[in-house]
Amino acid sequence: MNATFPFSEYLVTAVFALAAGTTIAGALIAVMTTRIIRSVGGLMITCLGLAGLYYFLHSPFLALMEILIYVGAVCITIVFGVMLSEPDEPAEPRRLTRTLRSAAAALVAVLVGLGLAYLSLQGPWPTAAAGAAPADGSVAAIGRALLTTYSLPFELISIVLLLAILGALVIARGGRHRAEPEAGPARRPAAVSNPGTTPQIEPAGADPVPELVTTDSR
Amino acid sequence: MTFLSLEPIRVLLYLVGICAFVGANAAYLVLAERKGAGRIQRRPGPNEAGWAGWMQPLADGLKLLAKQIMVPPGTDSLLFRLAPLLVMAPPLMCLVTIPFGENVVARDLNLGLLLVFSFGSINVMALMLGGWASRNKYAIISAARVVSQNVAYEIPMLLVVITLLMMTGTMSLQEITAQQAGGFWHWNLFKLWVNPLMPVTFVIFFTCMLAETNRAPFDMAEAESELVAGAFTEYGGMGFGVFFMAEYANIVVGCCLATVLFLGGWQSPIGILSSGAWGLLWFFLKTYALILTVIWIRWTFPRTQFYSLLNLSWKILIPLSLATLLLTGAMMKLPLLWRALS
Repeated sequence: MNATFPFSEYLVTAVFALAAGTTIAGALIAVMTTRIIRSVGGLMITCLGLAGLYYFLHSPFLALMEILIYVGAVCITIVFGVMLSEPDEPAEPRRLTRTLRSAAAALVAVLVGLGLAYLSLQGPWPTAAAGAAPADGSVAAIGRALLTTYSLPFELISIVLLLAILGALVIARGGRHRAEPEAGPARRPAAVSNPGTTPQIEPAGADPVPELVTTDSR
Repeated sequence: MTFLSLEPIRVLLYLVGICAFVGANAAYLVLAERKGAGRIQRRPGPNEAGWAGWMQPLADGLKLLAKQIMVPPGTDSLLFRLAPLLVMAPPLMCLVTIPFGENVVARDLNLGLLLVFSFGSINVMALMLGGWASRNKYAIISAARVVSQNVAYEIPMLLVVITLLMMTGTMSLQEITAQQAGGFWHWNLFKLWVNPLMPVTFVIFFTCMLAETNRAPFDMAEAESELVAGAFTEYGGMGFGVFFMAEYANIVVGCCLATVLFLGGWQSPIGILSSGAWGLLWFFLKTYALILTVIWIRWTFPRTQFYSLLNLSWKILIPLSLATLLLTGAMMKLPLLWRALS
């Protein structure tokens, strides 16, 4: 912070308070509402607050990636999933069940919070970075650490992501089959059946492409 | 130390300046758009208010401000009101790190490029929330389209930017500009001896920019002829106006970024005269040339179909940008390997 800026000592505290407050407010919005889109909005606010906290901890790269990935990709994917699924308004449970549920939720939250607080207070924090951790949060340091010290976890994560993509493909294509499997020579099926594109001009006498039919497998 | 170089004064000036810049651009790019549309369609365009219609934006603004802001029954009223603000904030944030001139930049971050992309990605969420909150069939269809379109085009855009980053080795926009000093043949677009694929990269970047800002021929978010007004169907008055301002602000940010990344930023095309006000002049010349190209494209090409839009991204642009990425990496690293082996 520039020395000529007025109230710079309060400014740092204010920035921290803003980031922490945003995180907590977003989390509260995410869990208190019953509308799932508002929950996603709360999640988005939480991620913005977290990005602020990362920035506060001298990791601007991590902060910007938090916004790019969690707000720009994860939240949007969740909303996309919500849009594609059936609207599901939960029935209002009875009063007793509600009270019990709230009590259980509060108990679990308190226990988890206490446990985490105990661990973070008692756990042995590495005082100096163990030689391997990036000294600063710069892109170069993170990149070097990922490709040297942490190259095995890095590659494992990429395998997990690849498996997730393949699994998604398998699930998404599960409900599709050809209308007439015997008609025409085997062709590579199109990735999406696109009824909206301009009709392809087929040469006369060519076999008609069998239509891809999407059926619900359930 | 002069009064203007005091940090709080500087911050305040940039804050006001960026807001004014975005507002003025939104107002007068609408006029430029309508004039351009008129010229291309052989009609005069707005020409009643003031000389050649230059007062038209003021009249439009007054009209929009005077209109009632309706929140239709059944909408999610909080998200409905919030969406225009959410869609307006990210481009303002992105302009913080755009270097307009040698010394004219609000804050030169060394992760500037990443900042522009991360805040640019919030835009989608805002449009989508607006479409969802409207509780209108057309708006929801449009919101779903916005998401799939933006997800599809964000991938080639980021891949292209990675290609560029491999060449520049920095994410600071001011440093990227400084690397392109000394005449137009040093601009990244024309650095063919470093990477002969640069023009391809630029075309991919520009196409993705058009799609990300929801401009014709990719304006699926607001397909008037099929979806009434898409995500903005239920918005009236200044709510709609703010969405439009944000669209133009996004175009300005995109074109500024294209200028910085590919066209040398504020560097002059002849190698001299790029300091001070000259830098500003060159920067704005290049940026507005790109913005007018965007307008020109909109009124020249008809809107594509949604399927061909997605096909263009997934089947052409993504493989192409992956290929440029691989080739660039090979071109940069294979000589080193050769030297190490021999």
